[in-house]
Amino acid sequence: MRKILSVFLVPVFALLFSLNAKSESLTLGWAAWDPANALQELSKEFTAETGVEMNFEFVPWPNFAERMLNELNNQGKTFDLLIGDSQWIGQGAEYGHYVKLNDFFDANGISMDDFNPATVYAYSTWPKGSPNYYALPAMGDALAWAYRKDWFDRPELQAEFKSKHGYDLGVPKTWDELYDMCTFFQGREIDGQVRYGAAINTERGSEGITMGVTAAMYAWGMEYENPDNPYEMDGYFNSDASVEAVEFYRKMYEDCAPPGHSDAYMVANLDAYKSGQVAFQMNWYAFWPGVSKEDSDGRVSGFFANPCQNVCAATLGGQGISVVSYSDKQDLALEYMKWFAKPDIQQKWWDLGGYSCHMDVLGSPDFVDSAVYAQGFLDSMGIVKDFWQEPTFVELMLPMQERIHDYVVNGKGSAKDALDKIIDDWTEVFEDDGKI
Amino acid sequence: MKSAVKKFKGLSDKAIAWIFIAPTLILLLAINIYPLIYAIRMSFTNFYANKIGREVKFVGLKNYKKILGKEEIWEKMQITAHFVCWTLVLQALIGLGLALLLNKKFKGNELLTTLIVLPMMLSPAVVGVFWTYLYNPQVGLFNYVVNFFYDFGIFDMIGSSTLAPWSIVIVDTWMWTPFTMLICLAGLRSIPNYLYEAAEVDRASKWQQFIHITLPSVLPFLLLALLFRGIENFKMFDLVAELTSGGPGSATELASINLKREAFEKWKTGYSSAFAVILFVTIFGFGNVYVKVMNKIKER
Repeated sequence: MRKILSVFLVPVFALLFSLNAKSESLTLGWAAWDPANALQELSKEFTAETGVEMNFEFVPWPNFAERMLNELNNQGKTFDLLIGDSQWIGQGAEYGHYVKLNDFFDANGISMDDFNPATVYAYSTWPKGSPNYYALPAMGDALAWAYRKDWFDRPELQAEFKSKHGYDLGVPKTWDELYDMCTFFQGREIDGQVRYGAAINTERGSEGITMGVTAAMYAWGMEYENPDNPYEMDGYFNSDASVEAVEFYRKMYEDCAPPGHSDAYMVANLDAYKSGQVAFQMNWYAFWPGVSKEDSDGRVSGFFANPCQNVCAATLGGQGISVVSYSDKQDLALEYMKWFAKPDIQQKWWDLGGYSCHMDVLGSPDFVDSAVYAQGFLDSMGIVKDFWQEPTFVELMLPMQERIHDYVVNGKGSAKDALDKIIDDWTEVFEDDGKI
Repeated sequence: MKSAVKKFKGLSDKAIAWIFIAPTLILLLAINIYPLIYAIRMSFTNFYANKIGREVKFVGLKNYKKILGKEEIWEKMQITAHFVCWTLVLQALIGLGLALLLNKKFKGNELLTTLIVLPMMLSPAVVGVFWTYLYNPQVGLFNYVVNFFYDFGIFDMIGSSTLAPWSIVIVDTWMWTPFTMLICLAGLRSIPNYLYEAAEVDRASKWQQFIHITLPSVLPFLLLALLFRGIENFKMFDLVAELTSGGPGSATELASINLKREAFEKWKTGYSSAFAVILFVTIFGFGNVYVKVMNKIKER
C-alpha cells in the first residue's frame, strides 16, 4: 500500500512544488485591438529576460472604460499594470488608483524629456502640465483619416471632380474639401457597386461620437473653457465656430455616411472601409498598420492627418501605462515599466505596430519612411487636443455623447441647443465636484 | 441519529415550519431586503461610489426632488411607457391569436409550437446583436422583407428617431409573444368541453362562444401573463442596450438604461439609488392596482 501511495504521491508533490516554484507573473489590462496583440508579442522578450510571466486581459473597446474604471473604483487587484485612456489620468491620480512615478523615474534615469512633449502632457501629468507623473507614455495616437487611393487615382474620376469643384481630387486640406470629396463619392457606382462618402464616428454608448465631432470642433478652433478663467465655458465651448463645426458634422453624417451608420466607431468604420463601402474612414492611427499590411504595395489606401479648417488640430487618442496602486506586485510592475521605457524596446514596439512616443524613435532619420502613415502621425502629434481629463470625465463625456448624438444622428433641436445643454450638464458636474 | 429524530419529534409543527422556511427567509433578507433598505438609505445621501474618501452627507429629499423635477427623466419615463404599452398590446393580441390557432388540432401542431417558442429561449443579448444585423439597411433581411411588400427604399430602423422606438417594440414582441401564447394556451386547454357543447345546444354562434366562454375563461391567464411582461418590460435593459444603446440620441433610452448610466458610469450612487426607489415604487404601485383589478375580474 505504501509503495502504491508513494508511486502516486511523489509525482503529485513534485507537480505542486514545481507550480509553487514557477516564475512570478504580472497582469496587464488594455483594450482589445491590434496594438495590444503587438504588446503581447513584445512582452515575450521581457519574460525571456526576467522570467516574469506576462498575463493580459484585453477588453473590447465599448466595454473598456466601464470594465477598467469599475475595477479601479472597487480597488481591485486584477491588474498590476494598466494602459488606461488619457482622460483617466485625473481620476487615477486624484482617487489614488495610480502609483505616482516621479521617484521611480528619478531612481532609474527615466526622463520625460525623452518622450514627445504632447504625449507626456496628455498621458502622464496631473494636474495637467505639472511635473507629477502617473503614467509613462505608451501608445501615441490621434484621430486621422484613410482614403481609397485607388479610386482617387482614376483619371475619369479626377477629371469629373476637377470639372465639378475646380481643384484636384487628392488629400483634402480642409474639412470643406473633405465634404466635397465625400459627397462626390456618395451613392456613386464604382466597379458595379454603390459606394458612399465617409465612415465617421457616430457611436452612442461610450465615446465614439464625441471623439468624432471634436475632430471637427478642434479644427474650427473650439476651446472647452476660457484659458484665463478655468471652467468658464459659455462663449467658448458654444462659440459660433463650435456651433458651425457641429452643424458641419451633422451635414457630413447626413450627406456622406453609408446607410445604417448611426452607431459606428472604430471597428464599424474599419469594416465599412475594408468592405469597399466608403471612400474615407475616420479612425485612430492604431488601426493603420493593419490597413497598411493588407495593402503591401500601397496602391489601395492612403492616410492623412485630420484636415484643418480655421486652425489645424486633431483629437488625441492614445494611452499611458500606469502601475495600479492596489497591486501586490508594484515592484515587479515597475520593473516592466523600466524595461518598456528602454529606447531599443521602444523601437521594437514601433516596428511591431505600436506607436512609440519615445523621441529616439520619432526623431530617428528613418522614422518618416518607416511607414506610409508615419509622417501623418508626427504631424498629428504636434496638433493634438484632448477632451476634459478631469476626475469626473465620464460624467462629462456621457451628456456630450447624448446631446451630440441627439442632434447629429437623431436630428433633434439645433447645434446651439445641444452645446448649451452640454454646458449646463458640465456646470452641474463641476459644481457638484466643488470646482466652481 | 435517533436522538436527533427524537429532538425533531419534540418540536411543534410551527417550529418545524420555521426551520424549513428560515434558510429561504435568511437568503431573501440578505439578497433582497437588505440591499433594498441600503439603497433607500443611500438615496438620501450625496454618495458617489467612485469618490473614495469623500464625505458622505445626508441631503434629505434633494435627490428625489431633482429627479422628479427633471424634464429629461419624464422623457425617459414616456419612452418607457411607450415601450411597455405597445409591447403589452401587441403581445396580448398576437399571443392570444397564436394560442387560439395552436389550440386547434392539426398536423405539425407540436412542431409549430416548439418553433414559435424558440425566440423566448434565446439570450436577450444574442437577440439584440442579431436583430441589429436584421435591421441593417444595406444587408438586413428586415429592409428586404418590408420592401418586398411595398417599396419604401432604404430605411434605417435603429438610426431613425421615429423608427427606433418601434424597432425595440418589434424585437421584444417577437421574443416574448410566445410567453403570452403559452400562458393563454394553458388557459384555453383548461376550459371544459361541456361549456362549448351546451353553447352548441343553445345554438350560440362561434363568435358568441368566443365572447361568452373563451374570452372570460382565458382572460385571467392573459392578464397574469401581461402582469409578468409589464413588470419585466418596465425594467427592460439588456435587449435594448444591445440593440440601440438607448439611441439614436436618447430616442430609446428607457428608464433602466438611464439608471444604469447614472449608477455605474457616472457613479452617482445616491442619486441613482433615489431613481431606483422611484422606479420600484412605480412598479410596485402599478402592480398592486393591477393585481386588485385582476382579482375582481376573476371573482366575476
